Amino acid sequence: MDVMSQLQRQWLEHSAFLRKEGYLDDQFEQLQKLQDESSPDFVIEVVSIFFDDSEKLLSNMARALEQKVVDFKQVDAHVHQFKGSSASIGAMRVKNVCIEFRNYCEAQNLEECLRCTRKLQFEYSVLKNQLEYLFRLEQQIRAAGG
Amino acid sequence: MERNVFVSRRRIDGFDVSPSDSAEAHVLAVDDSLVDRKFIEQLLKISSFKVTAVDSGRRALQFLGLDEEKSSSVGFDGLKVDLIITDYCMPGMTGYELLKKIKESSNFREIPVVIMSSENVIARIDRCLEEGAEDFFVKPVKLSDVKRLKDYMMREVRFGTTNSGGTNKRKLQESCDLTSSEPSISSLSSSSSDSPSRSPISPSSAPSSIPTPLDSPVRRLKMTNTGGLI
Repeated sequence: MDVMSQLQRQWLEHSAFLRKEGYLDDQFEQLQKLQDESSPDFVIEVVSIFFDDSEKLLSNMARALEQKVVDFKQVDAHVHQFKGSSASIGAMRVKNVCIEFRNYCEAQNLEECLRCTRKLQFEYSVLKNQLEYLFRLEQQIRAAGG
Repeated sequence: MERNVFVSRRRIDGFDVSPSDSAEAHVLAVDDSLVDRKFIEQLLKISSFKVTAVDSGRRALQFLGLDEEKSSSVGFDGLKVDLIITDYCMPGMTGYELLKKIKESSNFREIPVVIMSSENVIARIDRCLEEGAEDFFVKPVKLSDVKRLKDYMMREVRFGTTNSGGTNKRKLQESCDLTSSEPSISSLSSSSSDSPSRSPISPSSAPSSIPTPLDSPVRRLKMTNTGGLI
């Protein structure tokens, strides 16, 4: 099998894996459908914005939870935003943690909120690695003439 | 598929504006989330709309010239706005508040407004539709939702209906909601007192003079709420 076919197979397998394991849902496919000749890097661009946005939100969440008197409404606002952006790109696991997180914000349960930030950080990091791997494959495919 | 071959962008006073080269409809998109703004922008471009995306209700009003009380529905550079699509939850001015301001303005109330929200709340949807929104999209917005926007524009031109266009949706809402046990039913009946009297309408007997949005996003999410009612 030539390099191109190999890369393409890896890309397909990794995409299928991400879907099967629930890292990504249908929405990611919607993003891919929006990519065309006039916006060939659309998916990478949106996801990059998502990464920047997410890191900011995670940092804000952590800071808000460190306060002497925690403003749960503020924490919830950050989680709500994160939930929205993760839903928009199809980051299903991240989105689901956000949903759980919001319940604990409403209940004003500090311990559970802290646990959720850790879980969110974890899921986000895993997703980031997975997507970066996928994008590297894409770059290699393009470089090989695809 | 129709394509908007996008060559370059202009930045006019901080607004990202697509080139105004053809008779494509111009949509003003409002969302405080950068991710969502990028996403909706692409959805609109793929569907052959010109797009201006702003990050707040305030900026949207500035673009329209409402802030300075200009007497036409043109933004910068003579770009007429044909439709406004806005997020509901935004800091400062919510999408609902923006909707109200637009509908209160004699110059801009004719522009169809669509609301987007990640929260699927009947009371919120009702409130927006009653205030004159054309439709309510649940996020994440689909390509099929955006393609539907063309219908609102065509409808405006063909039938000259604006707020009265909402009547049809309210009828459909009513037929769905009557079978649900949601508390919003009472608010629905009280708010519909100013509309022409009507009997509960089933989908098949909806008036045919105006294209019935049987599979409109609003109806779709209502069906989901009432457990797949047809």
